[in-house]
Amino acid sequence: MRLRCPICGSRDRREFYYQGAAVMLDRPAPDAGEAAWDDYLHLRENSAGDVDELWSHDGGCGAWLVVTRNVSTHEIKAVRLASDVKEASA
Amino acid sequence: MRFSGLQVLKEGLTGNKGWGPHWRDPEPKSEYDIIIIGGGGHGLATAHYLAKEHGLTNVAVLERGYLGGGNVGRNTTIVRANYMLPGNSEFYSHSLKLWEGLEEDLNYNVMHSQRGIINLFHSDGQRDAFARRGNQMINQGDDAILLDTDGVRQHLPYLDFKQTRFPIYGGLYHPRGGSARHDAVAWGFARSASQRGVDLIQNCEVTGFDIVDGVVRGVQTSRGPIRAKKIGMAVAGRTSQVAEMAGFRVPIESHVLQAFVTEGLKPVIDHVVTYGMGHFYISQSDKGGLVFGGDLDMYASYAARGNLPIVEHVSEAAMTLMPVIGKAKMLRSWGGIMDMSPDGSFIMDKSPIDGLYINCGWCYGGFKATPASGHTFAHLLATDQPHPTTIRHRLDRFRTGRGVMDEEATGSQHNLH
Repeated sequence: MRLRCPICGSRDRREFYYQGAAVMLDRPAPDAGEAAWDDYLHLRENSAGDVDELWSHDGGCGAWLVVTRNVSTHEIKAVRLASDVKEASA
Repeated sequence: MRFSGLQVLKEGLTGNKGWGPHWRDPEPKSEYDIIIIGGGGHGLATAHYLAKEHGLTNVAVLERGYLGGGNVGRNTTIVRANYMLPGNSEFYSHSLKLWEGLEEDLNYNVMHSQRGIINLFHSDGQRDAFARRGNQMINQGDDAILLDTDGVRQHLPYLDFKQTRFPIYGGLYHPRGGSARHDAVAWGFARSASQRGVDLIQNCEVTGFDIVDGVVRGVQTSRGPIRAKKIGMAVAGRTSQVAEMAGFRVPIESHVLQAFVTEGLKPVIDHVVTYGMGHFYISQSDKGGLVFGGDLDMYASYAARGNLPIVEHVSEAAMTLMPVIGKAKMLRSWGGIMDMSPDGSFIMDKSPIDGLYINCGWCYGGFKATPASGHTFAHLLATDQPHPTTIRHRLDRFRTGRGVMDEEATGSQHNLH
């Protein structure tokens, strides 16, 4: 599996750290309540299809990335900078 | 048919023509008292204990593919009770005791072999941690012996004791640990459940739930609707998909764990051995293949196959610890879909839907749990009360933060186990 980092280009999977589903980008407010925090920290859709995931290129440029990947075939559909995704959704 | 030595002898002399199918292949009925989704080890064991311990035989096990075709047929077959934390400790102790009587209980040879497990340690800190774990195991009533380097050498003379980076300080020896024939475990439970009247329905995929006012009434399947008063999910890595059909989400991420087997060799490794410095564990099957594995690939996957970096990592660990196996040819590798929970411990509880029960989060350790998972899940389904050994394995422990069982002390969140 190789990921195409928007800054560094195509790199071996070993340069990247997998954090989990990209729902981690939508952090609830501190006072959002137990259910919202449980949702954010623990509950996962865990789909078997295309999933937006948070990866870090920690063996390269260090950027946080949103990788759209099919978790049943390991096909990489898109890699975007997490900062761009965050700005676009702001 | 009961299996016996006499039967084997008689069949051997008469061309083995008298063996019949081990289980029935019934058509699904329109209604059951209890449906179990998932015909793997845990689901089949649940059916066995529902019939045997609770006298409940109007039960169906629904399996999307074939019996035992999931993780129970894809693991590294290790059986042990060397957990530490309250909750896990008594549960796996309970499971090992069930293993020890399993073959008589099932009248089936599951090739349970208590050849002993040795967890190696490579520093003073690791020795302290294993000494503590061993004491916890002894307090639970199980067995643990702390070996020094010479003690390890007596059992495992073929290790590379001279490695300078990670010298072997000793090992925690768990003599009652060992392995079993994984397929036979599934088949033995299936045969027993079927003989006791449970319907095992293969090629029957659950496609939806019938839920009225928050109460489950039955399932829709690829072989038609089936009504049931109670439904238990034992679907491991597919838990999230089945839960989604029932309208709720679970704290599970599905990851891939790879395993490897070499060509058949003469006996060389008598125990189950784990390397404390490069996630690697190995045993030798009765066919002679070296069966070994390592860490998760560390990303979500339903592919049932992994990537090459872990193959390399596991092979490097193997060569560091036991160069003696360096010329063995790797025959096969495969991956299983692991239902990873945030704290690394399993979940067995009622679900948010009345009448629907959940059994998941086995991470990479479900095989050794098979008998006790079935035994305790049957208890929950039959009595509506958790078995004393699963009382802590609540679904809501992540939401409340009370009673998380973080065996590896890495933190209770995804991607840390």
